[in-house]
Amino acid sequence: MKILQSLLILTIAFASIAFTTDKKNGYKIGDKVENFTLKNIDGKMISLNDYKNKKGVIVVFTCNHCPYSKMYEDRIIALDKKFKNIGYPVVAINPNDPSVSLGDDFDSMKDRAESKGFTFPYLFDKDQKIYPKFGATKTPHVFILNKNHDNNFILSYIGAVDDNARDASNVKDRYVERAISDLLEGTAPMVTETKAIGCSIKTKK
Amino acid sequence: MNMINKIFHTLFIVVFFISCNQNSKKTSEITKKQTSAFLNKEATKIVKENTVPILNYKQLSPFLNKNDNKTYIINFWATWCKPCVEELPAFEKLNNDYKDKNIEILLVSLDFPNQIESHLIPFIKKRDLKPKVVVLDDPDQNKWINGIDKNWSGSIPATLIYNKNKRSFYEQSFDYNLLTEELQKFIN
Repeated sequence: MKILQSLLILTIAFASIAFTTDKKNGYKIGDKVENFTLKNIDGKMISLNDYKNKKGVIVVFTCNHCPYSKMYEDRIIALDKKFKNIGYPVVAINPNDPSVSLGDDFDSMKDRAESKGFTFPYLFDKDQKIYPKFGATKTPHVFILNKNHDNNFILSYIGAVDDNARDASNVKDRYVERAISDLLEGTAPMVTETKAIGCSIKTKK
Repeated sequence: MNMINKIFHTLFIVVFFISCNQNSKKTSEITKKQTSAFLNKEATKIVKENTVPILNYKQLSPFLNKNDNKTYIINFWATWCKPCVEELPAFEKLNNDYKDKNIEILLVSLDFPNQIESHLIPFIKKRDLKPKVVVLDDPDQNKWINGIDKNWSGSIPATLIYNKNKRSFYEQSFDYNLLTEELQKFIN
């Protein structure tokens, strides 16, 4: 009986540790990223697996309303133009629930993409099931996926586009560009995680 | 002796204000009394002179690392951040209800420098916002986000509660009940 009791206590203890220590959910650097399928602004469904013929993908969680997202739109377009043809296209995903985030609905996404001239897909995480897998917390939030020898997408970088959100002309460190240069040279990015302020991802309470 | 103390104290404050105005890097030397005096004076300036203190991370740091008997609630927000604005009433109510409970609230605005006059100050005035407000303006976000809490991803709203014994960081929204619940862990 005593053994049973202590076993029970141990189980509870383990369970509580398991649930409390893993505060940060989502993929970690080096994790394999599962396939996902989301609707693009043109109405077509796009899957990560559609990109198996590329070297990798720059996944950017972003949205219409957030001022930090807006500040980075031009720089994200520039990233896509620069890296699409050498194997790392941008795929943007709006993770917000439009019922609590004004201006982030599907039609507004179409409008924004058109007026800014997005050169990349802009997908809608309508059921909000994909962004938690990545552990995305804000917009913009960049995740660079790199395809390994086994044809799997491996998470290789999490963070910001660069080190100066407000002033593109004063950027000193282009984090994403640097990470991709490293990957193109066949090495893991030297800097794998960076941080920047962003808008929290909006969900119903 | 008392007199000398007073003179020194005043001198310190004066030096602090001058150094702050000149963006000096010596602010880490300021003491708790001076930071409070600074904020009190700045609070009246917001109304009278239409300015709000703008600090870089080094200048903000003393406010995040005090070692006295108070419990500090530091909220990171911006007028452009809807959930931040939505949770402000909880902090305003706390500021009022816990007046005598030895707590201090500081609202650290991440509004953009070119929107302080056009957005932030009118917002503070219109709402008659009682907790003190400073602007954190420091481009090296990767450094100071980690400096404030290594688990903070950079999403706002976010709140730091600390005293000399305990420190917790919350990357989340608060309502009044949740906020007081957390605060109880610090003041009991």
